[in-house]
Order: sequence, then structure tokens, then C-alpha cells
Amino acid sequence: MEVVRILGGMSIIQIDHLVKSYRVYQKKEGLREALRGLFHREYKTVEAVRDVSLKVEAGEFVAFLGPNGAGKTTTLKLLSGVIYPTSGSATVMGHIPWKRELQYRRRFALVMGQKNQLWWDLPAQESFRLHQQIYRIAPSDFSKTLDELASLLGVGSLLGRPVRELSLGERMKMELIAALLHNPEVLFLDEPTIGLDVVAQHNIQQFLKQYQEERKITVLLTSHYMKDVAALCKRVVVIAQGEVQYNGSLEGIVDSFSKDKIITLELGEGQTHEGLERFGKIEKILMPRVSIRCMRADVSKSLAQILDGYKVVDVAVEDLPLDEVIAKLFAHVSDPRLNASDTAS
Amino acid sequence: MSDSLKSSLAIRWYILKTSLAERMAYRGDFALGTLMRFLPIITQIFLWWAIFQSMNPANPNEAHINGYSFQDMVAYYLLTMVGRAFSSMPGLSSNVATKIRDGEIKKFLVQPVDLISFLFWSRVAHKIAYYTVATLPFALVFFLCRSYFSNGFPDLVTFGAFVASLLLSFALGFYLEACIGLVGFWMLEVSSLLFVYMLFQFFLSGHMFPLDILPQPWAAIVGYLPIKYLAYFPAAVFLGKITGVQLAIDMGMLVFWTVFFFGLSRLAYNAGLRRYSGYGG
Repeated sequence: MEVVRILGGMSIIQIDHLVKSYRVYQKKEGLREALRGLFHREYKTVEAVRDVSLKVEAGEFVAFLGPNGAGKTTTLKLLSGVIYPTSGSATVMGHIPWKRELQYRRRFALVMGQKNQLWWDLPAQESFRLHQQIYRIAPSDFSKTLDELASLLGVGSLLGRPVRELSLGERMKMELIAALLHNPEVLFLDEPTIGLDVVAQHNIQQFLKQYQEERKITVLLTSHYMKDVAALCKRVVVIAQGEVQYNGSLEGIVDSFSKDKIITLELGEGQTHEGLERFGKIEKILMPRVSIRCMRADVSKSLAQILDGYKVVDVAVEDLPLDEVIAKLFAHVSDPRLNASDTAS
Repeated sequence: MSDSLKSSLAIRWYILKTSLAERMAYRGDFALGTLMRFLPIITQIFLWWAIFQSMNPANPNEAHINGYSFQDMVAYYLLTMVGRAFSSMPGLSSNVATKIRDGEIKKFLVQPVDLISFLFWSRVAHKIAYYTVATLPFALVFFLCRSYFSNGFPDLVTFGAFVASLLLSFALGFYLEACIGLVGFWMLEVSSLLFVYMLFQFFLSGHMFPLDILPQPWAAIVGYLPIKYLAYFPAAVFLGKITGVQLAIDMGMLVFWTVFFFGLSRLAYNAGLRRYSGYGG
């Protein structure tokens, strides 16, 4: 499944057999157990990241997909140096992240959709000024970059308003500006559109797309919104149970994990749908439209037979919706009892 | 001046400025909090009057507690208020612990800025904002209560030592409470620890009564503790209770404790980060 990439020299992000496990206290229910817990505690080792190896080239926009608790955020935390690994190695732009060298910190940015890095009661502009000092941004670069980012995101008029008075979408835009002021070469985005409405989501997607294309920065994104991923990323890495389950193009996921296609027919007048079930599972009937899910390998054969035996006005053959494939993939990788054929069916 | 020094000074200056701006954002709470601090003066004066009256009902002004007359006691109390205006750090420990628990500390791991230095300069800003507002009321109170200062204004050396002790008590108070907050790396909740500390600090810093009225061996034991420098020491210096060699020794000890807690906060922060990073983040 792993896409083998032929690399010249070192990749901008290089992860080799990264493992992160930690102990968590097993708290049991009830007062008696709570009292017992005062003296004797049972710990369980959680393997958040089991064995992740990955290479990302400069200028790539890569999405991390995976169910909750799969190890995506842990991987981003490792790469931004917030935590250090149990074993394995990683470099980002040649730096070992968890050494937390100031030089490294000035070259990347981490945006967490659920965390706020701006001063809550002050206008965003004040936080930006502080960032200018922290990241040692030259005054001319600072105002140029700020103007550019603010106009791209359409928040120029909001810079002077206290952050607490901004909407979630506006705040996220300010967070992005704060993260990009120092022109990071690598950007880690952890669910940047979480909780946003469709319009705000779309705005942020458009901004990220344009920004990344212009600056050619390297971006790693985690998101649960397939639309984000489809709009932004050419490469997708599916992580589940702390391991890379898939690494390749988004379309490739559908090929790899779904062996079905949907044939949608528009039947001619007077034509019934009787007998169509022998070609596959009937997904939806909304006369005169009928959708049949059938094996990819059988599509042409089935289609020929249908066109032969039925009066058909129009026909469309499509892949399964991406969300559905991903959901199935997640369900599969989260439950090891299922085998590969379950995913495919 | 080298560029890197210049830029690290600029960061501190901006932290200070931004924190000041933040203080101004909470001006209502801030003004009320500042003025409310003056209210306990009245109850304290009445309390000590009652105590001295019970000792010598005919002439309370003649009564003494271990060398302190009623006037001295009120003067002492007013001076500890000044000391505490420097050394008290409301919300610092809980703020640090909350940052650790809620993961806000990540910001300080990702961005090229140091948490303790950041908090220190924010706190300097808080204090500057506080003094700006509180200086006038303080001056008024001292003017109204000038008769309680029976020795008058101290000489220049004593006054210099008083100012130095106030500035150092700020740093000591900051690093001491920062250390308590950093315990949050090991304990989920530090409020009980903070409560115990506050309780000890309340009595043993000299905020409630001058520590030298304690009987031996308590006075000696308390004399070795760092928290006496948070309130008792500056006041005692101003009143001329500590002079000469003893003053030099105490100033030395104050510097020692400040450096000690500065070092301890650094060690705790580094060890805490190692634990935090190893544990899960």
C-alpha cells in the first residue's frame, strides 16, 4: 500500500520508525476503587504512535487522516517538538524537533484548531506585534506580511477588535495570521476548520490553497472534513492505531479500499426496476432513477446486460462517496477483527 | 549592545507593553481591586487599638508588645502593605498550573519565547499598572497616618535598603510562587498546596503581626524562612529595627533566597517539561 517515493537527498520532513507510548493511570469506577487508587495505581501503556515512517518533500501539502485517537495529533506534536518520542527518529528541515532549538522554532508554525494563542482580551494586532518581537521580524516585513495576510483573509477591519469579540471563524483567521507572520517554511495544521460553518471553512480552505501555492511551503494537515482534504491535499496519509495504513493519492484510497462502484440508471417510460437486483445491491430507487452498487470488476459486464435487457435513457457510473469509503476504512483499521475483504465489500 | 541582546530586551519590553494593555482592558475590576485593598487598614487599626486597650485600659498609648507601641504597630502594618504590594502575586501559581493542565504551555514550547521570562515581565507590567493607580491613595493614607510614624522618615541608607528590599521581595515572591505553580507538572491540582502556602505566608511573612513579637524559639525559626522577606523585612528595615551587620546579613540572605528560587524555578521548569514531553503533552 505504501507509495515508494524515490528521493534525492534528504526530505524536508523525514520520520523513521517513530514510536510514542505513555503510561496512563487506569481509574476505576466507584469510591472504593478511588480510595484504593490512593495507595496502588494501575497503569496501562498506550501506544499513541506505533511505528510511523514517512517522508515529505518541500512544497508538499499532505493530509493526515484517521479516526479519533489514531495518533495524528501525537505525530504533529512530535514534529513540533512538544513531546519527545519513545523511540525512532525524525527531522524537520534538518532539525530534531524535540531538541526545541530556537532556530527551529523560528522556521515552523503549529496551528491547533482548538487552542488559542492570541491574547483573549486584546485586539489581535497587539498579539501580532508581540509575535513580531518574539520571531524577530523586521518592521517592514512585518507590515507587508500583515497587510497581505489580512487582505487575503478579509479581516483587515477586525485587527483592532478584542479577540474575544470575534466569531470563531474570524478568530481562526487571526490564528492563521499569527502563525504565518514569520513566514514559516513548514506549517502544521491540526484541524484548522473544526467547528466552523461551511462559508468560513471554505474561506480558510481557499486561503490555505492560495498561500501554499504561492509560497510553496510544506504543510501537514489533520482534518476530519473530507472537503478540506479534497480541496487542499494531493497526498493523503491514513494513520490508525498508531501506524501508517495508507500513503498515496486521495483517489487512490477509493481504488484501494472500495471495490464497488455505483451504477445509476434513468429508466425509460414504462420500464420497471424488477430484476435489477441480480446485478448488485439496490442502493436507492427514486423512479425513474435506480442506483445499484456492484463490484468494480463486473461493471462493464453488468452494464452491457442492463442496456441489453432494459429501456435506459441515461446512465452514470461513479465511485462511492469519499466520506463513505473513509468511514469504512476507519472502521476497518480500528477493528482488527475485520479482515481486508470486509473493507472491500 | 549586541543585536541578540537588543532583540531579547525588545521582546521583554513588548511583553511588558502588551501586558499593560491587557491590564487596561480590565480597568473596572482593576480599579475596584486596587481600592478595596485599602479597606482592611481601618479594621486593623481598630483591632490593634482594642488589643492595646485591653493591655492598659487606662492609657493604651503607653502599652507595649515586645517593643512595639500602638503607633509602631499601625506604622508597621501600613509598611507591610507596601511590601505586599511588591511581593504578592495574585493568581500566578494557579495561572501557571492551569497553563500546564490545559496545554496552553505548548505555545511556549513551539514559539521561541520562554514561559518564566514571559510571566516575569507580564507581572512587572501588572505591578506597574497597580502602582500607577495605587500611589496616590497610598500617599494619602500615609499622609493621614503620619502621626503613627514616631521615628519620622528614615535616613537615606535605611531608605535605600528599604527600596532594595522591596524590589528583591518582588523577585522572591515571583519565583517562589512560580515554583508552586510549576508543581502542576507533577500534580493535576495545586490549589490545596497553594492554600497551605498562603496560610503560612499570611502568618509567617509578618503580614498579620511583626515577627519579632513571637516568643523564642519561634522568632528564630521564622527568621530563617524566606517568606519573612515578603512583608516583615521591608517594614522592619524602614522602622529601623534591622540595622548594621544584621541588615547586611539579611540583605545577603534575601539575595540568596531570590537566586535560590530563581534557580529552583528553572530546574522545575526544565524537569517539568521533560516529564510533560515524555508523558504525552
